[in-house]
Amino acid sequence: MNALRSTIFSTAVALAAGVSFTPALAETPANMLIIAAQIDDITTLDPAQTFEFSGADVNRNIYSKLVGFDPADLSGGYIPALAESWEVSEDGRTITFTMREGVTFESGNPVTAQDAEWSLRRAVTLNKTPSFILTQFGFSADNVEETIVAEGNTISITTDRRYATSFVLNCLTATIGSIIDMKTAMEHDADGDLANEWLRTNTAGSGAYTLGSWKPNESVTLIANNDFFRGAPAMQRVIVRNIQESATQRLLLENGDIDVARNLNPEDVAGAASVDGIEIDSELRGRLMYISMNQKNEALSNPKVIEALKYLIDYEGMQNSFLNGQYTIHQAFLPQTYLGEIDDVPYSLDVEKAKALLAEAGYADGFEVGIVVREAQERIEIAQSIQNTFGQAGITVNITVGTGKQILGVYRAREHDIYVGAWGPDYPDPNTNAGTFAFNPDNSDEAGATGLLAWRNAWHIPEMSEATLAAVVENDRDTRAAMYEAIQREHQAISPFAVMFQKIEQYGHPENVQGLSLGGAITAATYWTVTK
Amino acid sequence: MALAETNGKGRRKSPLFGIAKKTGTTLATVAATMLGLLFVTFFIGRVMPVDPVLSIVGERATKEQYDAVYVALGLDKPLFVQFFYYLTDVVQGDFGKSLRTGFPVWDDITRVFPATMELATLGTLIGVFIGVPLGVLAAVKRGTWIDQIARVVALIGYSMPIFWLAIIGLLVFYGNLGWVSGPGRLDIYYEDIIPSVTGMILIDSLIEGDMMIFRNAISHIILPASLLGYYSLAYISRMTRSFMLEQLSAEYIVTARVKGMSEWAVVWKHAFGNIKVPLITVIALSYAGLLEGSVLTEIIFSWPGIGKYITISLLSADMNAVMGGTVVVGLVFVLLNIFAELLYKFFDPRAK
Repeated sequence: MNALRSTIFSTAVALAAGVSFTPALAETPANMLIIAAQIDDITTLDPAQTFEFSGADVNRNIYSKLVGFDPADLSGGYIPALAESWEVSEDGRTITFTMREGVTFESGNPVTAQDAEWSLRRAVTLNKTPSFILTQFGFSADNVEETIVAEGNTISITTDRRYATSFVLNCLTATIGSIIDMKTAMEHDADGDLANEWLRTNTAGSGAYTLGSWKPNESVTLIANNDFFRGAPAMQRVIVRNIQESATQRLLLENGDIDVARNLNPEDVAGAASVDGIEIDSELRGRLMYISMNQKNEALSNPKVIEALKYLIDYEGMQNSFLNGQYTIHQAFLPQTYLGEIDDVPYSLDVEKAKALLAEAGYADGFEVGIVVREAQERIEIAQSIQNTFGQAGITVNITVGTGKQILGVYRAREHDIYVGAWGPDYPDPNTNAGTFAFNPDNSDEAGATGLLAWRNAWHIPEMSEATLAAVVENDRDTRAAMYEAIQREHQAISPFAVMFQKIEQYGHPENVQGLSLGGAITAATYWTVTK
Repeated sequence: MALAETNGKGRRKSPLFGIAKKTGTTLATVAATMLGLLFVTFFIGRVMPVDPVLSIVGERATKEQYDAVYVALGLDKPLFVQFFYYLTDVVQGDFGKSLRTGFPVWDDITRVFPATMELATLGTLIGVFIGVPLGVLAAVKRGTWIDQIARVVALIGYSMPIFWLAIIGLLVFYGNLGWVSGPGRLDIYYEDIIPSVTGMILIDSLIEGDMMIFRNAISHIILPASLLGYYSLAYISRMTRSFMLEQLSAEYIVTARVKGMSEWAVVWKHAFGNIKVPLITVIALSYAGLLEGSVLTEIIFSWPGIGKYITISLLSADMNAVMGGTVVVGLVFVLLNIFAELLYKFFDPRAK
């Protein structure tokens, strides 16, 4: 028996020795950045098609645009990138960009005005989901030959009418404005698809990185482009690994196996923050949470009721409980860091004031109303909080929870009473939100403007729509910003929208990892600025 | 399960004819099962209240863009026509494209299935090599402390939520003790070094003769495999125990003992010999269960396996991927059953 015991013991020791291996590395290699994130939303890497957050993160590091943002000064607005300078014609419709000299694609081909012409024409012609960012300026497959034209080392784009230059340039900083290596891409053109299939899994850019590999749901590997025109990145290799669980990300971070954990929940943020050598940073992102009231509902179309309901939301209570660390109070339709943003917070929970307003409106005894919400945890909790606070003023709320498709269907058909919604900007210009929250030129059912939030809520605003249009063509940046500020203040006061919160993204990293920018509310992540 | 049929009475036919007939019957059964499976998954997929078009184009697409994709997916055709097209494609090995990854579903599956297979196989081996002796021992020493321990071990395995065990396991063995490596199949620095032959890193690294990677892969797989192994061990040991108890109380065992056979021979040759067939069924079922992919384990260990693949696809309304994955899992079940049948013949003298 003793012999047996000693055999078992020695086997166990041998196994343990074999299994324990090298102890976990205390930190990742000095020139390698390893990020844990949820990246299962990437379906394509083609800049003319990708419209998801993770896809934009990859794209921003691989492709350059004509104009870009300085990651260190995002609210400073666009700066020259592949275009060195630009001029605007007298009628304000044509912008002519002069290309930067000496920039090359990853293939070694020089970046030329022809590449820019091809890339922008291609984005319009392919007509994928994000194409509206360009086609809203009047570009179409039929007219790109005349409206987007390269000549020598310049490229001119001509819009259908005068727009604010800042509007056009902001849109060109979006993913869809990426400049692609035409020669390389067209070698892989299949049946005239303009290399759409090839560019889904391959890249041909001139950014800070090139694509090492993309394994769906597993990882994206980027390799440094040391010829990058803003200088070689410090991180020679960036690996973004798909790690779904917050607890797992935290363990990896605390064990030194990753440099950045992007999806820590509030408990894990608190836990990781207490570990020596780990820092938690946060950035404001573009996503807003709001509720909106259908103006087809008699009670909800009463201005006093609208105002009362805005005082019946426990903004602070929600921010400090289940939204803690993930959302901050924000009550205007432009996210902070956008041109023209305001940070006025006129509303807070005030049941007495709301009761008085309801009495003035003739609803002293309250009324009954429905809230529709899709089955996402935080939105359901918001609806429940509202149900509770509305109840304090005698308003009975019935919550209907459904799948995204069902609820969106109700919303788009204008059949809801109150909708709990989230909205993320599509491109880094204030018009992306103003054009939907504060624009509804034709409120009739026949107009079917399901893309406009104002229309979905049957909010008739001919004057505000005019003001929104005017802001789109105002050329002076400061004046334009002031116009958006004014629209938002009015919107805050009278609109059937109660914007409540703006998204915060918290991420954990070791102290020595510095310089990561997630892109704030307006753009995507940059890895070339990271050092350690 | 009832694939084997008695040869009945009648004239003796040539053995070749028998084999051909059996093969034919087996194939027909497989085909019928698979057709049923395809039919059910297809129609469940179509009646689910999800909009595959919306999940491709996003909610801000124009009507025009929406319709283009709607037609491209063939959704404008009647259901039975769609099913017929689907069937024709599947027979040619084409499950369509995954809406979410953009790759052909078949490519995705050949990437994720080996990861699950590696994990499930190791888990089952652990379950069998510990569970079977434990079950036999518990039956032989019925009512003693050994039996009680075996019972407690199995009970814990049955009743502990596997995600909890997984997280605690990670916390203790990876987080605190540092004995094993963290989530994922390999350390990030080792990824993409060896060529993928089977897709199973343990085997690929041996083929390549790269012991560094082999050891690293072991250090990653050992914890999740042990957890799955524990799970199947609980089941296998309980079943082994009850099969053994039944045999040990049979008269032929008493006879064997009276004849003065050694206890070893009584237990292992006589009693155990007779439980091999039902035990194979149990093991095959448990293996098949693990091959479906243990979703929670795969998610917690960031293991890119088929369970996680099907689940995430389902959540994002990617029905091509869900159906493809389901069909492959179904096929694995059927094949394992056939394999178990073959093993019966090998172990059961009556079936020879």
